[in-house]
Parts: sequence; structure tokens; C-alpha cells
Amino acid sequence: MNVIETAGLGRRYGSTWALRDCTLSIPAGHLVALVGPNGAGKSTLLNLVVGLTPPTVGEVTVLGGATAGSVAALDAIAFVAQDMPLYRHLSVADMLHLTGNLNLRFDAAYARRRLAELGIGNKQKAGKLSGGQQAQLALTLALARRPRLLVLDEPTAPLDPVARHDFMATVLTAMADDGVSVVLSSHLLAELERVTDYLVLISHGRVRVNDDVENLLACHRLVSAATPERLTGIAGEVIESNTMGSQTHQLIRLAAPDTALPPTCESRAVGLEELALAYLREGITLPTLSPAGASR
Amino acid sequence: MTLDKRVSAAGEDGPSPITFRLDPASGVPTYLQLVHQVEHALRLGYLQRGDRLPKVREVVSTLAINPNTVLKAYKELETKGLTSGRPGQGTFIDGAVAQSTLPELTVLRRSLRTWFEQANAAGLDEDGIVALVTSSLRDFLERREPEPARGEQSAPRRRKGGAA
Repeated sequence: MNVIETAGLGRRYGSTWALRDCTLSIPAGHLVALVGPNGAGKSTLLNLVVGLTPPTVGEVTVLGGATAGSVAALDAIAFVAQDMPLYRHLSVADMLHLTGNLNLRFDAAYARRRLAELGIGNKQKAGKLSGGQQAQLALTLALARRPRLLVLDEPTAPLDPVARHDFMATVLTAMADDGVSVVLSSHLLAELERVTDYLVLISHGRVRVNDDVENLLACHRLVSAATPERLTGIAGEVIESNTMGSQTHQLIRLAAPDTALPPTCESRAVGLEELALAYLREGITLPTLSPAGASR
Repeated sequence: MTLDKRVSAAGEDGPSPITFRLDPASGVPTYLQLVHQVEHALRLGYLQRGDRLPKVREVVSTLAINPNTVLKAYKELETKGLTSGRPGQGTFIDGAVAQSTLPELTVLRRSLRTWFEQANAAGLDEDGIVALVTSSLRDFLERREPEPARGEQSAPRRRKGGAA
């Protein structure tokens, strides 16, 4: 089953396309990282998936064919938006009560148990909690709805490292316990390496990467040789290339994991962060050297 | 300068049920780090036949890593014949690898310790010792390679336990 499927999906705000030509299919059971530069359309895609905004063109379905925004879809998806949506003046108990009443399904016992484990008291006002606790509260409310798909928009960006670790531990434990699928957008590439097993990378409003991390790592290599000519003829796509001194390095997406490499070049595997960075740098035109900078 | 910094750490015995740690700077994929730690613990005798590995959920919640990563590591260990899963109970160290309690291990450790003391007296610090050990080991393995290696090529230091 695919948790998200889109075809030719696009969303325009005014005369600007926030997302274009997005065709994706993401299988269930993964923690999917959605990565891309600012303004690439990540939040737009997530909003389309959870049904907060309708597509301008194309289609998006979730959890094996439910139309995004339909009652069936809304019931099975939990979404935590970028700004930790909580009513700041409500107490924790009131937030629980409210969320319970607004949803068809709500596991209040789970929520209370989890909050007790976290040391978050019932009478505390949501707005008075620390950043990490607010994030945990929003996450607990989302998970108590027992979703099949959990969508998180840059959830850990404002958190300190310990709070980030704890937040991700809660998400991943829910994944281990209930098999919930997770999609999260983030800029924190180094952190993603540990938690994600599926990568979707959007750049310039287009999907550049959409694959299992294991496959991705098997298909990408950094090859180096003394001259660029020695690197020609490798079956695959050059994602990034640079020449430094007497060496040329290229990050290549091989046609297949066992694609032959010329014996005259060195090659090594790359990590997820290195791989994603290469794609993110694509299409960024380096500033032309001004006369003052040409001295280098 | 004499540094006696943590030379004794090598002699400490870890607790038998393993606790995983991750080194984010190592560049080694997370699942392989878990596999290596189990193999390492087996080699040193910290893990014995019948010991239970931590439950997937425990590993996930303490390290904040993807459950699929832990499952992959455990599957790999099972494929290697080092562990077996008992439904509903967890993953256990299998008897197939019985090299853990070699009596030589104690002797080897004692002689290493003597060597560390000499290195320490000669003024080597921890980094110096590590560098020397690493490069000597590499030399040794390279020189040994032409001899008929057990099992596959280029894996002379791994002794494969009996096939599961």
C-alpha cells in the first residue's frame, strides 16, 4: 500500500507555482524524510497531503487511495504543523479534552500515560511549557488519535539537541509499536541520517529523489580520478562534479548498484547527508568571479 | 610526559546484556554499527550463548533510530548464524559461535596489558598507542594475506562460526 500517491500534482498561489508536476508514490512502513531548499514546495506538498489546501492541478491520494481531505483520510492522518499548534491559554487537561472531542478516535489513556512519563502536568498552561514540552504535547495529541500516517512539518527545528532526540524517540517508538508511517520535512540532514529510511528530495518544485535509502546509498558513489576524461563513460548521471587541484571528484547516480567503474578511478560510498547535499546544490549557479575575487 | 589515561579501560568487562551505542562521526551505517557491536561483544565474551539482545523497541526508544534499521541489523545477525529469533520472546545469541570464551583471550589480554605499560612508560599517549597498534595490525594483515585465507578473500580477520 502507498501512504501517499500523487500524479501531476501542482499548486499555484496567485501567479506563482509553489509546487509543479509532482508525481510520487511512497510505500507504507517508512519514516520518510522530505528534503529541499527553502521555498522548494515542501510545506505546500504536506498541506496538500493532509487536505489543508486543494490542488490546482493533478491528484493526491493517501493510505491506499483515499482522496486527501476526505473524511476517511482526515481520520487516519495526524498532522503537526511547523509552529506547534496549541492553544497557549488552555491547560494541558483542556487541550486533551478539546482534542478528544474534535476527533472521531482519541486514545485518552495513551495521552495521559505519555504525558505523565514526560512529566507534563495536567494543570500547566500549554503556553507556559518549554519548547521541548510543547512539541511533545503536540506530538502526543497527534499520536493519541492513533493515526496510520503521521505528518510532521519541520518538527524539531526550534528544539535543543536533547529535546530533539526525545521527540524523535517518541515518533520512532510509535513507529515500532503501531507501525505508523511517518513523513517529516526537515533541513537537519545530519540528524535525518539516523532516523529516515526513505528520502524524497524536492528541488525547484520538482521531485529529484524518491527512493528507499538503502537503494539510494547502493546506487550513489563518489568517484575520483586525476583527469575528468577518466571518469567519462560511466553508466549513470553525474549529480555533482568538482575539480580541485589535480583531482576530479564526481558524485554519480549509477544506472545500477553493480555498474562497472573504470579501473583508473577511486571510488567510495557516500552517506545520506553527502548525497542530499549534492542534489540540493544542483542548479545553484556559482557566483561569477568579480575582478576582485579572481585573484584566488 | 607519562599519561596513564584510560589504559585500564580495555580490561573492564561490560555487562552481559549488551547496550548499543552509536558513533555518528564514524561514517559506518547505523545497522552495521549494531552488527559490529554484537560481533565485538561475542568476540570478547561479553555476550554468551542464550543471552537476549535488547528488544527492537528498547533500541529504538533509547537511540532514537529507525525501527527498520534495528530489524535490518538483527536480520543480518541471524543470516550470519550468530542469533536466532524466538517468536514472542526476542532475539537470542545462538550457540553456533563458541569462540567467545577462548582461554587464550585472557592470556592475550594480559600480554597486551604488559605491552601497554611499556608503551606508557616510553611516553606514548592514547592516540600514539592507537596509531601504532592500527598501523602494525594493518602491516601484519597485509603481509599475511598471500597465505591461503580462510573463507573469502580480504576478510582474513573474521573467523566464521559454523554455518547455521
